[in-house]
Amino acid sequence: EVPKALLPVANRPVLSYVLEQLELSNIKDLIVVVEGADAALRVGGWISAAYVDRLHVEVATVPEDVGTAGALRAIAHHLTAKDVLVVSGDLVSDVPPGAVTAAHRRHDAVVTAMICSVPVSGLSEAGSSGAKDKTKKPGRYNIIGMDPTKQFLLHIATGAELEKDTRIRKSILRAVGQMDIRADLMDAHMYAFNRSVLQEVLDQKDKFQSLKQDVLPYLVRSQLKSEILINGAPQGQQAKENGNDKVSYRILANASTPSFHELYALGPNGSAPVRRTHKCCVYIASNSKYCVRLNSIQAFMDINRDVIGEANHLSGYNFSAQNNIIHPSAELGSKTTVGPHCMLGEGSQMGDKCSVKRSVIGRHCRIGSNVKVVNSVVMNHVTIGDGCSIQGSVICSNAQLQERVALKDCQVGQGYVVSAGCEYKGESLARKEK
Amino acid sequence: MGAQKKRAAAAAAAARVSEDPDDLARQPLQAILLADSFTTKFRPITLERPKVLLPLVNVPMINYTLAWLEAAGVAEVFVFCCAHSKQVIDYLENSEWFSQPNFTVKTIESHNIISAGDALRLIYEQNVIHGDFVLISGDTVSNMSLTQALQEHKERKKKDNNAVMTMIIKKSKPSPITRQSRLGTDELFMAIDPNTKQLLYYEDKADHSKGTICLDKMLLAENPSISLHNDKQDCYIDICSPEVLSLFTDNFDYQHLRRHFVKGLLLDDIMGYKIFTHEIHSSYAARIDNYRSYDIVSKDIIQRWTYPYVPDVKFCGNRATKLERRGMYRALEIEQSRSAQVGSFTVIGYGTKIGSNSKISDSVIGEGCTIGSNVLIEGSYIWDNVIIEDGCELRHVIVCDGVIMKAGAVLKPGVVLSFKVVIGERFVVPAYSKVSLLQQPTVHDSDEELEYADNSSGTVEFSCTADQSNGEMTSESSEAHKPKLGTGGVGYIWSICEGGQEEEWRHSVAPIPEDKLTELSEAMDDDQELVTQDRTALSTSGELISDSNASEGDDNEDSKDDSVYFEKEVEATFLRAVEENVKVDHVILEVNSLRLSYNMTSADCAGAVFYSMMKLAIKTPHSSAIGLLTLYPSPFSMVASNAYPIYLSGELQQNTANIITTWQKLLKSYLLEIDEEIEIILKFEEMCLESAKEFSPLFARILHILYDKDILQEDAILRWADEKEGADESDKVFVRQSEKFIQWLREASEEED
Repeated sequence: EVPKALLPVANRPVLSYVLEQLELSNIKDLIVVVEGADAALRVGGWISAAYVDRLHVEVATVPEDVGTAGALRAIAHHLTAKDVLVVSGDLVSDVPPGAVTAAHRRHDAVVTAMICSVPVSGLSEAGSSGAKDKTKKPGRYNIIGMDPTKQFLLHIATGAELEKDTRIRKSILRAVGQMDIRADLMDAHMYAFNRSVLQEVLDQKDKFQSLKQDVLPYLVRSQLKSEILINGAPQGQQAKENGNDKVSYRILANASTPSFHELYALGPNGSAPVRRTHKCCVYIASNSKYCVRLNSIQAFMDINRDVIGEANHLSGYNFSAQNNIIHPSAELGSKTTVGPHCMLGEGSQMGDKCSVKRSVIGRHCRIGSNVKVVNSVVMNHVTIGDGCSIQGSVICSNAQLQERVALKDCQVGQGYVVSAGCEYKGESLARKEK
Repeated sequence: MGAQKKRAAAAAAAARVSEDPDDLARQPLQAILLADSFTTKFRPITLERPKVLLPLVNVPMINYTLAWLEAAGVAEVFVFCCAHSKQVIDYLENSEWFSQPNFTVKTIESHNIISAGDALRLIYEQNVIHGDFVLISGDTVSNMSLTQALQEHKERKKKDNNAVMTMIIKKSKPSPITRQSRLGTDELFMAIDPNTKQLLYYEDKADHSKGTICLDKMLLAENPSISLHNDKQDCYIDICSPEVLSLFTDNFDYQHLRRHFVKGLLLDDIMGYKIFTHEIHSSYAARIDNYRSYDIVSKDIIQRWTYPYVPDVKFCGNRATKLERRGMYRALEIEQSRSAQVGSFTVIGYGTKIGSNSKISDSVIGEGCTIGSNVLIEGSYIWDNVIIEDGCELRHVIVCDGVIMKAGAVLKPGVVLSFKVVIGERFVVPAYSKVSLLQQPTVHDSDEELEYADNSSGTVEFSCTADQSNGEMTSESSEAHKPKLGTGGVGYIWSICEGGQEEEWRHSVAPIPEDKLTELSEAMDDDQELVTQDRTALSTSGELISDSNASEGDDNEDSKDDSVYFEKEVEATFLRAVEENVKVDHVILEVNSLRLSYNMTSADCAGAVFYSMMKLAIKTPHSSAIGLLTLYPSPFSMVASNAYPIYLSGELQQNTANIITTWQKLLKSYLLEIDEEIEIILKFEEMCLESAKEFSPLFARILHILYDKDILQEDAILRWADEKEGADESDKVFVRQSEKFIQWLREASEEED
């Protein structure tokens, strides 16, 4: 009901985190691509309200189910710059996009992907679910191969490939000598592309659906035998660029040893380059940085918790001495406690003897007396009756919880009314069911 | 015995644990030196002299190894002699190694050993190794310090009893063109855990052909981070725990140290033994595996990378040699003509005479050689007591003891002259040939390790007799083989058979010729192109493009195959059921079990069952049709076959109706929903077009029968007709054929409404 990009994280749409980071890196010409006209209207409305004078944002609509590559194909004619940064709207991160683009430009790469460590979900959460997670291995999202300097991307496996044995081509290993393979990193879905290359790949491979699963692996695979620069229209232009590059290579060569790409490109006698190569770079977000994608309900909960918890610098709020945020207009009843790592939005009211722990409560919520909210996200305009107990749940806007409702690990849909005295565990409640 | 041994080892381990680190270092360290490489790479030279005694810059190889072991703090060395064991033992007895303080050399002799594995098994039986030991072969040159590697090994061993071996590796990037290292060994792929340095994967030549490395998914599940190396070289120096010996005994099929033992341990996840690596950075370690590494290691020694094991430092068995400018080493008592030019990086042995105007560069000349005038020697290895007459040319060759080259003889690059060969006047020995007094063994055993040992055990005596009866031998062979090595030449040129000439240049002393390099780099480009072509071919067809995706394609094929097999199985089951009069219920059971094992839907079952039924229906009339056809003489056969459908259609229809009636229960049990019924119609259509064209004129009628028997509902037929509405004209043949019937169905349903 709410576009994913507008889901509230600490009472702000998740998209705002990305936009803010981009703004910080001084990237101001943005195109926000939204799937489906409905969602586009809402996202566009929100952006124009929030960023009207700060960012130059265009909102483009693409039909549903075209995939990320399809979306870029659709808006290709809008792109003009030499390099394009592609970020997923659900990324909550404090890694400066500027660092990614800098790495990209430094190597004159075709693509630079940001990778980060795999998030450990539910680790900081105490209790049974946390213990369970610890016994499990952290999930694997990608298998990533890099050169020893951790600058170049040599191998990437996603999705179904993870279930199979990893196959690595010897030719690239021969060229590099050493490849570090990591299973504990994942693709954060922030890419810098060389525009002309990206467009050419999209044009040529019209079956490519997803950047992550098709385009990126393709570019990585073909890096030692680049087809992009050989065939297709921009050949002349590329040749010229290559000419310029040679000069700059020589300048760079003084500063650093040539990368294996250049060594490989050289002929056997060290003569002029005979092979066409392109570079795929990586930018590894350091462990101290926060970088999570909001792509599941669990992730949504985790991010909400983290943003007001460990990664609170992201939220942009000032925390009180109790390590929580209570909007001045919020009203608290007597003997109500709001613990650390909590947030209470503006105009929310709480009755007596309530306790809130590690939770986010949106704007204009009405919460009765004797209510317990633990590890949960309560969106705006939610009414919670007396004596409710909410644990590990998400309650969407305008929902209504009548008296003595007990929820554990539930999701309550927008405008849903939970009748008095009900107890639910691990269910998702939405209006449709009614 | 084994138990005793293990107890001893355990006791030793316990004793070690209790000692403090300082004592650990003082624990007498043992080493096993294999004085036999169990390969045939140095033939024909090794037929007459063991590899470890071949001179490397005028010092037998084994001396480098022993000197290093002594310096590295090894207290006791077991030299395992196999081929030419007598020569090795004699040499060691006469050398100073037996009289060193704090360093004991013991020899173990065996003649019926054919591999390193056998050797270690024998040593295990002798029960002489009590603690950690260094496993090395007698052709290794190194100057590394063992302390750190040993320390690491012991610490790991203390923590994890399964860490049985530490391999020494060294950085060395193989040439991307020839795909072999500087030492001429094949490229090596290793996966190493960057944190623990555990070896996880080891691939050498044995599985060379594949273009990809396949890492088991479990490997990545257990280790989040792996380093894949193509730029490392195996030094063949291993620090082993005593368990290694018992492992060899337990696995009696382990022969080769790397191919069997290392890979065996890596694959075996039951015992959980682990191998670790230790990388050396600044020190030297290399094994002489082939002629090319002989060449390279010699050059390294001359250029002092192996210091202190260099010609001018007396370590063992080498004569006093002086280092002069430009890397020239000269022993004493050299007679050199004033006009002779001796170039850089050359070693000249004791008592050698060099005539006027001869040019020598980048070469090693042994002791007591006589070199005439106007001789050109470049990049060559001349051993002791060689006589080279005037005007000879030698480029990148190895010339063994006692060879005589008559005036004007020329050796092309890569030639190896074994002991006491005589090359005739102005004879040109072609490149890469190997010349020996002994004839090339004709027995070709597929197992190279076996071959060496078999022959060498025999050649010990043989070479002795050759020595004694040298006079006769030479006269005989010179007569028999005069044309082969020119006038006065003695010896046989070995024909190159194993590996073929193709590979000869890879391991020869001569540098790789230019044309080979360009050829190879072109081949490499082709390789790449092939890969990319595959890729583009796939990507244009809309498939994803990686290897795994290619295998996805396989999966699709698999499933296609599956359905074909499934159909066949169902048909077979059905036919059997008809023949043996099996009850319908049983057939249903059988088909169900097939369905489960092939993971098929009930629609597939319905299709398959229907298919088998129709096939059966054809069979009976079909046979009679053939009978009929053969009755007609050939001109009429055309007429007959045209007439055939009309003639037989009645019978066929009758047959079909019968079969459908008998087996309708079977078919119905799979027709749970309308989709399956449509599947049957589609299947029938397909049959009519392809495998059973006999039905095509009967399509509408059989459809009617199926409807009458309540197998197909009118809904299914109408849906099928609707679906076909938009199809190609060719697809609509049967819809049109059954148009009347469909029309009738439509009207009937409307009437009902």
